[in-house]
Amino acid sequence: MTSAILQAKSLSKAYETTHGDLLAIDHINFSVAPGEFVCIVGPSGSGKTTLLQMLGGLLLPTTGAVLTNDRPLVEPPPEISIVFQKPNLMPWRTVLENVILPLQIEGTSRQEAAEKARKVLQLVGLSDFAQSHPKELSGGMEQRVALARALIQQPRILLLDEPFGALDALTRERLNREILRLWQTQQLTAIMVTHNIHEAVLLADRVLVLSPRPAIIAADFHIDLPRPRPPDIEYTERFGALAYQIRQAIRE
Amino acid sequence: MQQTIKIAPHQQTHPLDRHVGRKSVGRQKYRLEMLALPGGVLLLIGLWALIAKVGNYPTFILPDPVSVFNELAEITLDGTLWHHTQTTLFEILGGLTLGLSTATLLGYVLAKSPLLERLTGPYIVASQSVPAIAIAPLLVIWFGSGKISKILICALVVFFPILVNTIVGIRSVDQGLKTLMHSLRANRWQTFVMLEIPAAMPVLLGGLKIGVTLSVIGAVVGEFVGSDRGLGYLINLSKGLFNTPLMFAALIALGTISLSLYLIVTGLERWLLAWRR
Repeated sequence: MTSAILQAKSLSKAYETTHGDLLAIDHINFSVAPGEFVCIVGPSGSGKTTLLQMLGGLLLPTTGAVLTNDRPLVEPPPEISIVFQKPNLMPWRTVLENVILPLQIEGTSRQEAAEKARKVLQLVGLSDFAQSHPKELSGGMEQRVALARALIQQPRILLLDEPFGALDALTRERLNREILRLWQTQQLTAIMVTHNIHEAVLLADRVLVLSPRPAIIAADFHIDLPRPRPPDIEYTERFGALAYQIRQAIRE
Repeated sequence: MQQTIKIAPHQQTHPLDRHVGRKSVGRQKYRLEMLALPGGVLLLIGLWALIAKVGNYPTFILPDPVSVFNELAEITLDGTLWHHTQTTLFEILGGLTLGLSTATLLGYVLAKSPLLERLTGPYIVASQSVPAIAIAPLLVIWFGSGKISKILICALVVFFPILVNTIVGIRSVDQGLKTLMHSLRANRWQTFVMLEIPAAMPVLLGGLKIGVTLSVIGAVVGEFVGSDRGLGYLINLSKGLFNTPLMFAALIALGTISLSLYLIVTGLERWLLAWRR
């Protein structure tokens, strides 16, 4: 097995509440290989977002550690980009200025940043909207901008926290195709949280199923569907069987 | 029925089109506003002239527009008006600057530290239960009848609304954007400049709008209490002299200052918050 690009070691998270500590994540172990597409599914409230935030270095674990390059994460590292549930765009900035934000924080020159921004906007198909403001965009376009902003950082790992959950089914399907295309062309490692089993099977090499709280990894499925995956793959027997097994593994 | 309707990316620009449309409607509205203001003023002056004419009041009760205009012209030409306006304007701007900077600074610190806010909150609220204007005589005793006491009164009057607005503005910064800045490894200064200031700007400007009007009140009250210069002083003086046209002239000057400051803030808003339209 190739060495892991990201590793969760005995990872747990407890929250202090008025009724004592609440264990959200219970000593989870797994590792992600370079170039892998991993989906994390589980019932709502199972701590998927908490887990992803720890993987991104946004949240410190109560015990255990997230390792990248064999070093524990203590803050968000430059090689990881996150796409959140909400687009989180700054309404006072244009699309281009929003995409530039990460480079601006790094201190890249404005001209170089704008050039890179135009390239990633082209990747997500929004070249014509560089000068628009977020409120002029549809929900799907907003998430594309968020995706462009994640890509401009040239991450090795892309964390996706149910990024298309709020979108209609057709937009969602189209954006999932784009995620797949970008993951392949940009040679990314992707970890995506979702509660949509269908989406998980379509996208992932591996699907991790979380149990209800306190979350442990209830099952780890290898998705052996061929790539590239054509749209009609969802209607194959193997696809249906995998989806069914995963559904069985999720106890609500 | 058409079976296939292909939409090329460049044709999907309906949000932009809508934007353009909205903008021109806004411009039209703006033009109407520009006409409405002078029109209204003319109407009011006409009404005033009519009442003065029909009632035939003595000039010291209600002067007609012509005598006020003559007085205004006279004190403008001999420099009296500017002499007093200058003082009041200086006090207003000084007080505004002082009140604005201290209130914004303290407001930011309090918004960032709930503990500090809980500790100082009762004192701040208690100090506001005494109207700032009621302290004016005390400040004149302490700091004399010059400009300093007026600047302090202005600053005090402006302080509270700006403080509250700053706290509300900074607190209302979207949690998702804060998380984003964290994930992008932004330091405190970058978060302040790139997120907190622009996000709080609408509320901050709202506070400034209230502040500029209040500071005019502060300066005039300060001058009423004790001074030998300024438009408030001029009003007091004209009262003693029963020179009501002079009083009207001073009031017009004050109104002009208030309105100009208000228009400047509105213009600032139009410019800084263009993205909201």
